[in-house]
Amino acid sequence: MLETSKDHWTARFVEVIARASTQLPPDVVEALRRGRQREQEGSMAAKALDTVLRNIELAGGTWQPICQDTGTPLVWIHHPVGMSTRMLTSAFEEAVRQATARQLLRPNAVDPLRDKNTGNGAAPGIPTVHCEEWDEDAVEVRMMLKGGGCENVGAQYTLPNPALKADRNLEGVKRCILDAIYKAQGKGCAPGIIGACFGGDRGSGYAESKRQLLRRLDDRNPIPELDAMEQEIFEKANQLGIGPMGFGGVTTVLGVKIGYLGRLPASYFVSVSYMCWANRRAGARFATDGTVTWLE
Amino acid sequence: MKLHLPCDEATIRSLKVGDFVELSGRMITGRDAAHHWLVKKLREEVLPLMRGSVIYHVGPVVKKHDDGTYSFVAAGPTTSAREEPYQAEVIGRYGLRGVIGKGGMGPKTLAGLKEHGAVYFHAIGGAAQVLAQAVKRVETVFQLEEFGVPEALWVIEVEDFPVVVTMDSHGGSLHAEVDAASKSKLEELLGLSA
Repeated sequence: MLETSKDHWTARFVEVIARASTQLPPDVVEALRRGRQREQEGSMAAKALDTVLRNIELAGGTWQPICQDTGTPLVWIHHPVGMSTRMLTSAFEEAVRQATARQLLRPNAVDPLRDKNTGNGAAPGIPTVHCEEWDEDAVEVRMMLKGGGCENVGAQYTLPNPALKADRNLEGVKRCILDAIYKAQGKGCAPGIIGACFGGDRGSGYAESKRQLLRRLDDRNPIPELDAMEQEIFEKANQLGIGPMGFGGVTTVLGVKIGYLGRLPASYFVSVSYMCWANRRAGARFATDGTVTWLE
Repeated sequence: MKLHLPCDEATIRSLKVGDFVELSGRMITGRDAAHHWLVKKLREEVLPLMRGSVIYHVGPVVKKHDDGTYSFVAAGPTTSAREEPYQAEVIGRYGLRGVIGKGGMGPKTLAGLKEHGAVYFHAIGGAAQVLAQAVKRVETVFQLEEFGVPEALWVIEVEDFPVVVTMDSHGGSLHAEVDAASKSKLEELLGLSA
């Protein structure tokens, strides 16, 4: 039987948040190392990535935040039939407050009505918690921290887009994504990771584009057309020459992950979420026998 | 090269895009709320601390100790573009010799750098630990209660704080160059240049 007390889950969630904030997943580190190898020795791009890699090591070793913008915590929780989603949501919200008090997270929630930072990391809508029931007898938590710098360079397009010569087809979707990467320049802390969704409405499209960012960088899309599109955009984006931090270079994106949702006949949205190089994902599976498996 | 703050105009005007610099001395932090506050009225209380020095666009994670002192736990730069409407004015009114941030700034700031003798120093985005380690001491803070930790104006002492010049006092801007080059490339890839 899985625990049902809020305090139990709050403590588990604080551990997941600590990991997300301070330990960069190995596939992301590997992608950054490969990028560094491809940059010209002595270039601004190479030095930028050297600093990034040193920072990751420092943060990981001391369990301090990789980046000071610990972002909005977004979490997807799968839970067994009958487990209270209100309890899980409330536990995660409390975990965010505790992690903020411990400087694992920066106080990052501003109430725009009162124009004041709430001081404890929580505000209407923050953190963003998605709960989904499943048949397994375990709780699986997957979360990410997504900062403001990269959030600000996300974009949503409507097709057709005449300026980009983009029609309502996969080719059009691809053009929008490349345009979004160009427009972001280095401002999202390139090299970035792109999560995109074609279809959906203005809300669901963005939400799905962010869920795509939970994928490992070295995974492949099981749908052949989308796999081909991901690979093509990855290649072409790295030809733009924006480079790490926008200093110029060959490492502009570390990965491209694309999903889709049904759409209205009248609407065709392409939602692009830009994640910075500090793709702070963490996940864990909590089984009934008490074992915890960390997910990468 | 190493640069000590506060510094003079001649030293700053000798810098150019691509120069790697290590800054030491006193600087002040400030982002959105701070820039609004600085342009609303001439703030005498921070003027002597800012003259000849730089402003760092950062929203740090800060730990408060039992004795009332503070330490920077994580301190990478925030996106500077948001301060574009105010930056040139703040540089001029407060005598700043530089701005530290990430992502660069626009033509209004570039003109301000030329006019007043200042440069844009790019710090590596997300290098929160590397940069926090260069912050040796937190001297004092302004507007902490009103703005909260990320938006307050922290006066800090740094040692060998690593940055690279991406906008100089002679009209040079790496950001403008990269934008133009990547735009051409995009147009070529999408067949839009015809």
